[in-house]
Amino acid sequence: MDVYLPIANLSVNGLIIVGLGAITGILSGIFGVGGGFLTTPLMIFYGIPPTVAAASAASQVTGASVSGVFAHSRRGGVDYQMGSVMVAGGILGTGIGAILFNLLEQLGQIDTVINILYVLLLGSIGSLMAKESIQAIRAERSGVPIAARKRRHHPMVASLPMRWRFYRSGLYISPLAPLLLGMGTGILTMLMGIGGGFILVPAMLYILGMSANVVVGTSLWQILFTTMATTMMHALTTHAIDIVLASMLLLGSVTGAQIGAQFSQKANPVKLRLLLATIVLLVAARMALGLGYRPDEIYSVAPL
Amino acid sequence: MSRRLASVLALFALVMLTGARDPILVPEVSQHEVNLQQGFTGTELLLFGALLTPEGSRAAQDYDIVVVLKGPTRSIVLREKQKIAGIWINAASTELRSAPAYYAIASTRPISEIVDDKTAAIYELGLKWLQLSPIGAINPEEQARFAAGLVDLNRRHGLYREDEGGVKVSEQVLYQARIGLPSSVPTGAYTAETFAISNGRVVASASSQVEVRKQGVELAIAHFSDDYGFAYGLLAVVVSVGMGWLAGRLFALV
Repeated sequence: MDVYLPIANLSVNGLIIVGLGAITGILSGIFGVGGGFLTTPLMIFYGIPPTVAAASAASQVTGASVSGVFAHSRRGGVDYQMGSVMVAGGILGTGIGAILFNLLEQLGQIDTVINILYVLLLGSIGSLMAKESIQAIRAERSGVPIAARKRRHHPMVASLPMRWRFYRSGLYISPLAPLLLGMGTGILTMLMGIGGGFILVPAMLYILGMSANVVVGTSLWQILFTTMATTMMHALTTHAIDIVLASMLLLGSVTGAQIGAQFSQKANPVKLRLLLATIVLLVAARMALGLGYRPDEIYSVAPL
Repeated sequence: MSRRLASVLALFALVMLTGARDPILVPEVSQHEVNLQQGFTGTELLLFGALLTPEGSRAAQDYDIVVVLKGPTRSIVLREKQKIAGIWINAASTELRSAPAYYAIASTRPISEIVDDKTAAIYELGLKWLQLSPIGAINPEEQARFAAGLVDLNRRHGLYREDEGGVKVSEQVLYQARIGLPSSVPTGAYTAETFAISNGRVVASASSQVEVRKQGVELAIAHFSDDYGFAYGLLAVVVSVGMGWLAGRLFALV
């Protein structure tokens, strides 16, 4: 099934794109991540221009997180106060991201920076996740449970001025911390076309010290609105959203997300985490190969 | 006086003679419009025509035919990655004022056998002779490296093509060449040029236009995205939220 993409200016096999969306959708259903970290590089490998891939992936992440937000908010798993502070940061971040994007593009270093970010973020988060899940699997086998980590926020967070009470998260901290966190992921969303869930969740747990039952819901809430803002930002600045491409991705991913959500209730969560860690590390390794061994293309063309 | 008259006569005779020998080229392109829309996966243009003597008899036996299909030229920055401190980054760049977005050439024989380098350069016959007009001072060696890089990149993407032996001449009158356009073909005004070459000299040439453009819904989407960014962004948001919500509702029923 050949589909012509009017913004990317090329024709692709629609089934492959829908399939790609479905794979990331299943991942997002199982793990509660948006799956942008996988969609964007895979689309680029497939031959879609990087900017179009990143811009269109953002709207796919929006679609994949909608039903998650609904499900979590019904269970009371969203701290709206915390979430809104993070969304405000996220919107700020997309603006900063757009400026950075423009600047790096003019310098001709945008693809290198994106690659380095991918390798660093996916590499570090992936190894952390792998380490944790291997420890958990060992603990399960030996029967000795790992001592639960004491929930507390990072000392740097405590040093920030002006404290607010966040009841649902069980925190009394400065709103600057979640604002900065939201801003950071907003920048990443704009640059890399990822939702940032796999960074947000550990950061909310271990840096902010939020209570675990609102972490996933609140991160989805932040991702939902930040990716919306990113979509708007791309529409206004890069004009690179291919709505045909995004619709096909969405078709696959929203369906996949539902399948994944059903599957996740049956499967062993620890093994799932190890699987996700493996996928994340594989993407990081592929990116590192292009950076350190040999890039896909030596020459690249940009309009003057 | 008589000497001057003689020379004028000689010149006149020369013009008449060569003029009489120059063939007539009647070129045609299978389609003058290429529409980019749903279902477009690339296409093939047929550049064909006839070569006749002024008297209308067969002429092609003595001539080589070269056809060139050239897309709009653009100003571009061409960047080159180099390994610096273990990482491949864009380290060098050049600005080119007239890089064709698309270029395809087909000929009856290899270009180097048909014309000398000077003629090839003048008529831009072959990827080697593209006039890219680099901006600013740049040494020839470096420029050749950049040009080769650009050609190689676009060749692998199907945007630059060279087909030596791609022109078929039948019955010494009709010639034809097929030139492929990939699905990623850039939009714009294309020129299809045909050259008849004899003894290393271009004796006849003719050109015609081909327009590559988006059509229908695809054109509307491209305009929408470019001209009404805010509304387009809202549409994208509505589509993504709507599809996510709808899938949730549908699966809740299952």
